[in-house]
Amino acid sequence: MYGTRVVVLGAGIVGSACARELALAGLDVTVVDRGAPASATTAHGEGNVLVSDKGPGPELELARISRELWPEVLAATAERSAHAARAVEWDPKGGIVVATTEAGAKGLADFAAAQRTAGVRAEVLDAGELAKAEPYVTRDHTAALHYPEDAQVQPAGAAAALLGDALAAGARLRTGCEVLGAATRGGRITGVRTTTGLIEADLFVNAAGPWAGELSARLDAPVDVRPRRGDVLVTTPLPPTVFHKVYDADYVGAVGSSAEDLQTSAVVESTHGGSVLIGSSRRRVGFDDRLRPEVLSAVAAKALRLFPSLAGVPVMRAYGGFRPYVPDHLPVIGADPRLDGLWHAGGHEGAGIGLSVGTARLLRNLVLGEEPVMDASPFRVDRPAVLGPNSPENTGSSHRTESEETA
Amino acid sequence: MTHRDIVVVGAGPAGLAAAEGALAAGARVTLIDSADQPGGQYHRMLPEAYEATRPEALQHGWTAFQRRLRRVRGHPDCAWWSESSVWALERPDPAPDRDSDLDRDPDRDSDPDRDREQPRPPRVHVLRGPADGSGRRRTTLEPDALVLAVGAHDRVLPFPGWELPGVFTAGAAQALAKGERVVVGDRAVIAGTGPFLLPVAASLLEAGAQVLEVLEANTPRTVARGWSQRPWQLAAQAGKSGELAEYTALLLRHRVPYRTGRTVVEARGDGRVEEVVTARLRPDWSVVPGSERTLAVDAVCVTHGFSPQLELPVAAGCALRGTLGGEFVAVDDDQATSRPGVYAAGEITGVAGAPAARAEGALAGWRAAGGDPDTAAVRRLRRSRDQGRAFAERLARAHPIGAAWPGWLRPETVVCRCEEADYASLCRAAADPAGSAARVAKLATRAGLGPCQARVCGPTVAELNARLSGAPADREAEGLPVPAPHRRPLAQPIRLGELAAAPQPPHQP
Repeated sequence: MYGTRVVVLGAGIVGSACARELALAGLDVTVVDRGAPASATTAHGEGNVLVSDKGPGPELELARISRELWPEVLAATAERSAHAARAVEWDPKGGIVVATTEAGAKGLADFAAAQRTAGVRAEVLDAGELAKAEPYVTRDHTAALHYPEDAQVQPAGAAAALLGDALAAGARLRTGCEVLGAATRGGRITGVRTTTGLIEADLFVNAAGPWAGELSARLDAPVDVRPRRGDVLVTTPLPPTVFHKVYDADYVGAVGSSAEDLQTSAVVESTHGGSVLIGSSRRRVGFDDRLRPEVLSAVAAKALRLFPSLAGVPVMRAYGGFRPYVPDHLPVIGADPRLDGLWHAGGHEGAGIGLSVGTARLLRNLVLGEEPVMDASPFRVDRPAVLGPNSPENTGSSHRTESEETA
Repeated sequence: MTHRDIVVVGAGPAGLAAAEGALAAGARVTLIDSADQPGGQYHRMLPEAYEATRPEALQHGWTAFQRRLRRVRGHPDCAWWSESSVWALERPDPAPDRDSDLDRDPDRDSDPDRDREQPRPPRVHVLRGPADGSGRRRTTLEPDALVLAVGAHDRVLPFPGWELPGVFTAGAAQALAKGERVVVGDRAVIAGTGPFLLPVAASLLEAGAQVLEVLEANTPRTVARGWSQRPWQLAAQAGKSGELAEYTALLLRHRVPYRTGRTVVEARGDGRVEEVVTARLRPDWSVVPGSERTLAVDAVCVTHGFSPQLELPVAAGCALRGTLGGEFVAVDDDQATSRPGVYAAGEITGVAGAPAARAEGALAGWRAAGGDPDTAAVRRLRRSRDQGRAFAERLARAHPIGAAWPGWLRPETVVCRCEEADYASLCRAAADPAGSAARVAKLATRAGLGPCQARVCGPTVAELNARLSGAPADREAEGLPVPAPHRRPLAQPIRLGELAAAPQPPHQP
């Protein structure tokens, strides 16, 4: 495989991570992006590396692999550039999930018990311990759990570090280059036609995030990845007020409702700059990027239930992004069975920042024919949710909170 | 009489004229401003609490202003919302696909119902009450048309030491002098470019400060070339010229030197400004070596033109146009923007001074309210507006920002004051191909992420990043607007508790 030409389509965090793994493995990698690197979904998330919000199953397994890889990857980045590694703002701060209703407490306890069987550390906090860990959180809670493995990164910095590693390993970057279609020969993709000319290669990786559906359609191998909008509020810088990633568990027990409706839940955490980030919302509105005050209002109300003392804090900015959503809530990682040479790495919905490094490692295993770090079949491309745009939505496969990272 | 509901945002010269124009056309008007009194920066008044006996000192066109104010505020169809801020504009759903266009009945164009299908202007989200008070009320307005007249603020280029206490934007210094009768210092230097240097100097002198020097950065040749093109246009700006002549006379009376081709390139001091370094500049604003001079001061006022406050127009979806002096809202002959039902007037469409802003406002208000487009008065307003635009262009030509200004910067010079991001960090981000994209560099350097939300440093950071990285501007994609320094979907800070509260009906006492 040495010298195999790979084109990674998309320079977000998943594309950057894939480029890094493949370039370090000795492949001849070119990263192509329609715009600029790390500027779309990657730059509009909260940057979570979480295990706490995933129930037992393949996504949790990928999350745990990723969580182990992150410190290793960043140590290697630091060897290359201490500055690039610092810009990642890696913070293994841990997550705290708080329930404020009896039903929420029950759901949280059951969820954590199941997670523990899969090896996740989930520690019950009593009222005193919670008050010590998060002095400003509501006293009006019914249960709280601490997940010490949860971490946070500055997502654009993380993507830039991974892409920088790839470039240092010999990868090339082409920005402002939009894919128009595929050049194929005998059922195999041999090139992509772009706004800046034909790019030929042996392998192509679709890592276009929420635009993966549109990109794959241009390549005549459509996968059903759609955008799902989230909005984040940013407060003015505060003295230390929120010490972990703190989120609301009341939806843990609830099975996902109608996917197009607005769903909100509180996710509150601080950043290195001192601002507090407040999410989260989920809406299926296509790529509509208009601000909706009622959505921000609902997010704010949920956050105040967790942190009533933040009521007087000014919100100075709001931003939104689009998560790559797959109807069965599982990523798409693997070869496209319809078009030889085309691979997909995406569909992580709100978990792509954290899952990027594990996804890239798994993709490398599959591309090079190595022993995979986990069974990749749950992520395969030829499953009904991915290939059939009208396939029934499998919302009961895992208990998900509404708290993943592209809030 | 149209009885449309018009919301006018901003009660400076343009907004006040817009309110008057809309009322004259028979509309109901809600006039919104964050200040406690109308007038904007131009007619900034002492707060009523001061019970000033001569509030008109330092004011131009005071009598006419008072007359207009009485007409607007006393009008039964005008609601004056002081201390109110528009924190968001919510764009309506796009018009339904016009797939029936092909088989559309050609007569439908005259269908009176067609108006109702027109996309509406954005919903206006307002916070009412003093910004520092705790009792602000959230409310929303759904006008038939919206006039944006939110004005501009000083653009200030960074230079070593500009973050020191004692360095003011010229606008802030003037606001303190006019609004509070507070002088920013005893020994002041005023530097930058543009005719605004003069009224600022005048305000400071009248308020009792000593102004040591007024420094225009552009060379006499640049200024003269800019002003001398199409000299016949200047005659139409007699009001403005008269005002400038008064300021010049005042400067002469106080023996304040006005120097061209020189500026403040550094401020120094221990904890606050104690001295400045001024230097002679070439036409491109590079420093002439050896021309540096130090001067003991306790205040520096700087202005390098104006940044229009574009967050609301951008939130409304209005198209912008690039000009010599930067980006402004694009408007048509009636001050209508590219968005249906949204009009713009005053400095967000070009910096041409108060007389032009008044003409634009009156035209925008009249037309937003559905007033007759073809009366003699409207034609007069258009002419006056066009003269104002010509003046604005002349102003931009006479007082450009020289391309070599980044030569003043040192690696440790702070570029974003809120986040204390320095020039070196910007250079480093721009040099990294993986991290030079505008959004990524912003998150890495934090320049523009602080409480002012890039209102001060935004254009500067965008310019420096583009120059340093040499990267072409990002292209717009579906769901991914170009990262522009004016994109601020949240136009004003709003407390979490205020945001969480449900909006109340607008016309409650």
